[in-house]
This record gives sequence, structure tokens and C-alpha cells, in this order.
Amino acid sequence: MDIVYVDNNATTRVADEVIEEMLPFYGQFYGNPSSMHTFGGSVGKKVKEARQRVADLIHADPEEIIFTSCGTESDNTAIHAALLARPDRKHIITSKVEHPAVDNYFKVLEKQGYRVTWVDVDKHGRLDLEQLYKSMTDDTAVISLMWANNETGVIFPIEEITAKSREKDILFHTDAVQAAGKVTIDVSRVAVDMLSISGHKIHAPKGVAALYVRKGFKLSPYMIGGHQEKGRRGGTENTAAIIGLGKACELAGHHLDEMNTRVRELRDYLEKELLEKIPASSVNGDPEHRLPNTLSIGFDAVEGESILLMLDREGICASSGSACTSGSLEPSHVLMAMEVPFKSAHGSIRFSLSCYNTREEMDHIVNAMVPTIQRLRDMSPFWKDGKMV
Amino acid sequence: MWDYTDKVKEHFLNPKNVGELKDANAVGETGSLSCGDALKLFLKVNDSGRIVDATFMTFGCASAVASSSALTEIIKGMTLEDAEKITNDDISDFLGGLPKEKMHCSVMGQQALKKAIADYKGIQIMEKPGEVVCECFNITDLEIIEAIRDNGLESSDEVTNYLKAGGGCGNCLERIDEIIETAVAEN
Ligand SMILES: Cc1ncc(COP(=O)(O)O)c(C=O)c1O
Ligand code: FES
Repeated sequence: MDIVYVDNNATTRVADEVIEEMLPFYGQFYGNPSSMHTFGGSVGKKVKEARQRVADLIHADPEEIIFTSCGTESDNTAIHAALLARPDRKHIITSKVEHPAVDNYFKVLEKQGYRVTWVDVDKHGRLDLEQLYKSMTDDTAVISLMWANNETGVIFPIEEITAKSREKDILFHTDAVQAAGKVTIDVSRVAVDMLSISGHKIHAPKGVAALYVRKGFKLSPYMIGGHQEKGRRGGTENTAAIIGLGKACELAGHHLDEMNTRVRELRDYLEKELLEKIPASSVNGDPEHRLPNTLSIGFDAVEGESILLMLDREGICASSGSACTSGSLEPSHVLMAMEVPFKSAHGSIRFSLSCYNTREEMDHIVNAMVPTIQRLRDMSPFWKDGKMV
Repeated sequence: MWDYTDKVKEHFLNPKNVGELKDANAVGETGSLSCGDALKLFLKVNDSGRIVDATFMTFGCASAVASSSALTEIIKGMTLEDAEKITNDDISDFLGGLPKEKMHCSVMGQQALKKAIADYKGIQIMEKPGEVVCECFNITDLEIIEAIRDNGLESSDEVTNYLKAGGGCGNCLERIDEIIETAVAEN
């Protein structure tokens, strides 16, 4: 059976071009980029090229790019460094819908005595800007807000927000793991101090990522060790993966247009078809400010895990914001923060597309979804005669 | 991805006895939309007290559907007397086991059966005896004590696996720990 992969916010297929670029560095060219000899140095040259390619994707200077082992490490490093840079400040700000890489770190910091403002979102997943601006004080060390949400695709107005944080001299980190490669990121126009991206969301392998650190900010390392990354991250570089990340960033730059035209149209088509053909369905998240590849959609009176397992039989890989799939018992903290009603929160599915998806695949999904939801509703005690009871 | 047995998958993909039973003379309902799973069980009991037919309607994950289907298969043809002795373990055993985080699905089956039998006998089960401990899932101290006693639970994680209590905001976890301590001390 052909796989229809629409779970690209979870992880992506490694592009063939990326694999090709990486392979020699697992075989023949195994040198250490820090070595004095030409053999290692030639690997160092490719790492340098990768750094340039990553920088180009976000309009940064290569010196502002640090390679790390994952998006989570980039997020943790940024927050950790910001707090060390502002040791006198005891207040930190984030939102209620962050990825666990930020959310759980902030929870630990709260236990350690930091005062945390968890900024609310409205029912469309939009940030409460008034609350955010009011909470910025002289005591605020760092603000960490995601550029785009992994579950709903909702985009936060980072440019607007950082204008304010800069004014108040508060350090700003953004988790752009989901935004990179899907929307334009230009750090020369947006006053972020640090920005995280992760390889496996943009067709590079898992376990490689980058952190942008604005020139002038002296970052204390999170991983303490050798002089690699100019003393900002110890540990011998994961050379092949870094070279793969560089290639993936180059490709992501080339595909940005396609992502915002062809892929967006596919997503919009899928959305329209599902809403039309399945009654009592609703989209989660602000349709105006949303990643072009993401569709989070809820179906009343049915449960997400059941939907996913039925789709799985049709070769369709998606994910859900429902509780049962993750092992937790409540729907995702993102949908709960948006106050999505329980009737559709438990039955929410996320389809996240990539440039590899086709129109035929969207039709296949629609054709599988219609009878799946019907079957589950026929079984549901909350559904009768074509509506919720 | 959950590690479901083939039997669970089979009863999820092709559940037995789905739908409303038109001439049911006993109904048991448990769970709710907000909890993420709910089961409505229909029984037809004959004059000699035997369950001649059973059907269900379920909202929930694959293991909730499979547990409901298994339950109806187990109890069809049973006397009420025997059916009263069915436990969540019987349901889980019938399915070749459930992941431990999904035990509450089989517990839901047992609860719905209890309620349906009470309904047949015309007994009003007091809606939720005891004091609510877990607000998120509306679980009382008496329910927790019963689950601890019946299943030999020893930690709040296990209580969550069986009853869901504690699996939401987590505010009730301390209270659950206290209940476990008291229950263990009393034993
Ligand atoms: C928004 C966001 N931040 C951070 C991460 C973590 O990235 P990684 O899996 O590379 O640690 C992810 C993906 O899992 C994500 O979606
Ligand atoms: S009160 Fe028990 S989990 Fe929230």
C-alpha cells in the first residue's frame, strides 16, 4: 500500500538531495573539522558552507549560527543563556501554547523561583497582545514565544512583538522550528535575539538543529566542553548531519514559493472538501495567520485515536490533538488553551503537508475520511439523526 | 503508537453488537464527552433473568470501542447473577490484555454493566456516592478506594490508569496519594 504522509509537522522525509550530500561524510570523509590536517580541514570547509546555507535561509550572518543536536537543545540553550545574561531579573514570559521544549523548561524555572507569565490565546489561537505588553517589566529577563504553532499552524506577530521587547531591553527568543521553510524569516527585520530551527522538520535528518544568536549577544554555552562553535557549544560536530541541514536549508529556500502557492492550495482544497463533505466539522486556529501546510480540524462526537487508526488502515499518516494518542487523558494543552469545546477537541486531527504531497493524495484522504467519521458517529452515543445530541 | 493486541484491533475495526437495542429493558450509561470516552450499554433480559441480547454505543478510542464490543460478547447469554461478577479484568483478558494506560476503558465497561443491571432491578444508584476528588474526571474518593481495593493499586499512576483520576490538571494527585496511604494503612 502507498503511504500518504501528511504528518510533516511531526517529522519529514529526508530529501534525496540531502542524503546524497551527506553520504560521503559518513564514509570516506570522516575527518574532524577541527583538525590541523587537510583531511579534517576539508570537512571543516563543508561545515562552513552548511553554516552559510543555514544563515541564508533566515537572512543571518554565518557567525550567528550555532549547530546543536535538536530543536529542543536550541530552545533550552537560548533560554538558559538569556537567564545567565540577566542574572538580576526574576520574571520570564511565554505563552500557553508552546512546544514542551519551552513549556516544560519554563515549568522547571517556575519551580526554581522564577515568576512566569503564561500569556493566553483566544479561541482562534491568537496571542493576547495586551496581556503580553502589560506583563513586560524591568524585571523581565526573557520572552520566549513560538513563531508558529506545531498543532494549529497559527503564526504569532513576532515582528510587532519584538519591536516592543527591544524597546524595553528584554531578551527575545523565538522557537521557529515550525516556521522555518514555510514562511519567510528575516532576522534583519525582526528584532529577535535568538531563534531555533530543527533539521527534521525541513527534510534534513533527526538529531540536528541550529540556533541563531544575534551578533553582540554573548551566549554562555549550555553544553560545556571544547572550543567548537566558538566556545558556544561543546562537542565534536555531527558533521554529516550538519552538512545535510545546510543542504535542507538551501532546498527550503528554493521551495518557499511552492510552499506558499501549490502546497497552500492543496491544504485549502483538503480543508474545503472536508468541511463540505463532513457535517459538524470545524477548523482550529486563525485562518488568516496560519502556516500554509497545516490543517487542524475537529469533528464533533468522535474521538481522534479512533479516526487515526482507521486512516492508518488506508495508509494515511496524520496525527491528533486528542488525549488518547499521546497517553495523556486531556486533549492537547494547545486546544485547551484555545478553549476548543470538548465535543470537537477530542476529535481533532492534524494534517500537515509538504512539497511531496499531491492533489490525488488529498482526494484519497477525503475519500477515507468521509466514511470513517460516518462509521464512528454511527457508533457514538452523542450522535443521532445527523447531529450532536 | 499503542501496542494493541490483534484481538483489540479486530474488535475495534469490526465491533460486534453496535447500535441502539430497540426492545432493551435495561440501559447503563457511563463516561462523558468531556472525559473523552463514554459508553451506553443496552440489555434485553428475559423473564428468567438471562441476558438474551446486548448492544452498545461508544465514543472513545480504539480500546474503548473494543472493550465495549468484548463486554457485549461476554455477557450475551449469561444470567444476571453471573454477569454481576464480571470485572474489568475479564474484559481485558477477553481482548488478550490492554496497555496499562488504557485500563480505564475496561473499567468503563464494568461500570456500565453495573448500572444497566441496577437499572433492570429498578435500583436507583445514587449518582456518585462520596466526595469528588478529581474535578477533571469527576471521580470520588469512594470510587478511588474501591479501585485500590479491587485491583491492589499502589500508586497514583495506577489510579490514573484505572480511573483517569489525576490524568488531567493533576491538582488532585496529592489527595489521591493520601487516599492510597490511608487505604494501605488500613489493610
Ligand atoms: C514548535 C516545536 N519546537 C520544538 C520542537 C522540538 O524539536 P526537536 O524534535 O528537534 O527537538 C518541535 C518538534 O518536535 C516543534 O514542533
Ligand atoms: S482534578 Fe484530577 S486531574 Fe484535574
